[in-house]
Amino acid sequence: MHLLGGLRTRLVVAFVLVALVSAVTSTALAYRESRTAVLQRAQDSFQRDFLERVNTVAPNVDMPPDVQSLAAFATRVSDGLGGAPLVVARYQDLKATSDSLADDSRITPALRTAVATKDRTSFQRVLHGDEPYLVVGTPVTYENKQTSGLEVYATTSLRPEQDDTTGVLDAVRGGIAPVVLLAALLALLAARTVLRPVRELGRATRRLAEGDLDSRVTVRGGDELADLARDFNHTADELRTSVSELREQDARSRRFVADVSHELRTPLAAMTMVATVLDEDADQLPPDAAQAARTVSAETARLSRLVDDLMEMSRFDSGAAALNASEIDLGETVRASLALRGWTDAVRLELPEGVRTAADRRRVDVIVANLVGNALRHGAPPVSVTVGAEWDGVTVTVTDAGPGLPPEVLPHVFERFYKADASRTRSSKTDTGGSGLGTAIALENARLHGGTVEVSNRTDGVTGAVFTLRLPHRHHEEHHEEHHEEEPAG
Amino acid sequence: MPHVLLIEDDASVRDGMELVLRRHGYDVDTAATGEEALALLDGERGTKVELAVLDLMLPGMDGFEVCRRIRTRTTTLPVIMLTARGDDQDIVNGLEAGADDYVVKPVTAPVLEARIRAALRRAEPSPQTAGAPLDQGGGLRIDRAGLTVTKNGTPVPLPPTELRLLLELSASPGRVFNREQLLASVWDHTFLGDSRLVDAAVGRLRAKLEDVPAKPRYVQTVRGFGYRFGPL
Repeated sequence: MHLLGGLRTRLVVAFVLVALVSAVTSTALAYRESRTAVLQRAQDSFQRDFLERVNTVAPNVDMPPDVQSLAAFATRVSDGLGGAPLVVARYQDLKATSDSLADDSRITPALRTAVATKDRTSFQRVLHGDEPYLVVGTPVTYENKQTSGLEVYATTSLRPEQDDTTGVLDAVRGGIAPVVLLAALLALLAARTVLRPVRELGRATRRLAEGDLDSRVTVRGGDELADLARDFNHTADELRTSVSELREQDARSRRFVADVSHELRTPLAAMTMVATVLDEDADQLPPDAAQAARTVSAETARLSRLVDDLMEMSRFDSGAAALNASEIDLGETVRASLALRGWTDAVRLELPEGVRTAADRRRVDVIVANLVGNALRHGAPPVSVTVGAEWDGVTVTVTDAGPGLPPEVLPHVFERFYKADASRTRSSKTDTGGSGLGTAIALENARLHGGTVEVSNRTDGVTGAVFTLRLPHRHHEEHHEEHHEEEPAG
Repeated sequence: MPHVLLIEDDASVRDGMELVLRRHGYDVDTAATGEEALALLDGERGTKVELAVLDLMLPGMDGFEVCRRIRTRTTTLPVIMLTARGDDQDIVNGLEAGADDYVVKPVTAPVLEARIRAALRRAEPSPQTAGAPLDQGGGLRIDRAGLTVTKNGTPVPLPPTELRLLLELSASPGRVFNREQLLASVWDHTFLGDSRLVDAAVGRLRAKLEDVPAKPRYVQTVRGFGYRFGPL
């Protein structure tokens, strides 16, 4: 997931860096210390041997010396020292070496100056062609501390000492890789102890986001992560409580609407039943009573439609709406819907044969009736209904030539009780109007099929609204004889 | 003067229906509960009742149970159920209990009357049942003139709707009828009827005729299209 910049990577890098820094620092210190100690010891022992030897040999040198005696002196000093180092003796301008072939450039002027001016034993470490050397020089003094003018220098290789300290360095270098690996391993372990709870929390959070309100994490230990886990669980608890309260309220209000509609049904059933009597006998009533009777009859019918729609909406809300699908011919269904309501002559039809799909005929009828009824009520003729087939489903398009819908109305067309009447005027006074739920019910019916209803304005240069019902091609489920009901889709 | 029994617990609805039906020339008996209705049907007047309009939501015995009991007493009485909810499950259950048709409350008088007339027409002996008595192998015998059905010599009493459906299908053995055609020809539904009426009636018919209702021989399903009689 987070290959770079992840917690694990960062922890590993930090651990390795810390390990490296501490290893390198301690190594450097140890190296310096050991190198100093080794060199110091070599220096001291060489210097001691050298001075001892000089003190032994020097009294036998005749002063002032000539080149021969100087050379002999140098050779004797060299012979008495382990490893026969190169020894150089100087007296004023005379210089003699124990090994005439050796290169005495290792004895630097700086050392000679130090010996001459400080008048005591001095030494210097020099690199001569990649080889480290220790050069010691000392003035030869008499018993009475008088300088004799004689200076002796000796060089010895520091190679063994260098090899020793390099060995230390190599050992450390070899040791760093395991240390780094170990550090990385520790980092991974540490990361795991941190990451596991973090990952668990992440998983639980995602589950919660997906709507699983029972998503919880196990609290381990008492560290900050455990606190976080506890907080998460607490939050989830609170969330579950408030969500269930909300759902409870929602269910209550939906139940209330359903109950109210249901309670309205019984008086309405009685009123609806006897309304025909009012219609039939209105002609024999005085004019005012006749008008009142007709109004009561008409409004009873309207109220009855409203309650019907409320009930239907409640069924969708409670998930009680079932799809009763069978193979239908869409064109034929549309034609029957219009004929049933006497709209056939008021509408231009374009109904090709053989557009078939599996759908609930009754629900398709409701949708078509709603869309066409709307177009006839609010739009202007000509209203046309077109059935079409596309690769992914079938369509019924209802178009009118009215003023169309204002852009601010379009998003609200399918909302319950949203009335765009201000813009879509009622066409006549006798129009009893819809319940305000028609489009919402049409949409719910389409959704039950896994389809939808869309609205837009015409784009062909004519004003008017276009409603399109889209139903997906469904695999037809034959009804089982025991009236198995299909699960509502969507 | 068709004689109708109204079974409805709400007094206003009951009175309203009674008023309208009387005005249109029906004889009407009313009952406020299922128990009362069954008692009335068992009584002397019960023999005159030609159709029952039955509310499903009744105090005491519910409408489904009343419908089942009516069916055990008399096979020929058409039952139209009134569903207050129009809930799909209610309709399915009511049809399974043996109702011939249903209307959803609130219902207008013209609609209720049209349904009553159609149900009564189904219950009348059809005058034009031409065709020889069908006597296929398998022991089913349909006497189209006498309107009786026997299975292996035993009479099978069929409620009017189921009988009409069987006559319609068996008149052209092997021909496939879709649900809409059957709604129009059997139920007289000139509106967009509910195809579950057909499915429920077929189910009830199979339960009475078929040896193995799940593997029907007489009333066969043609997937995606409808039903046909046979071929045997």
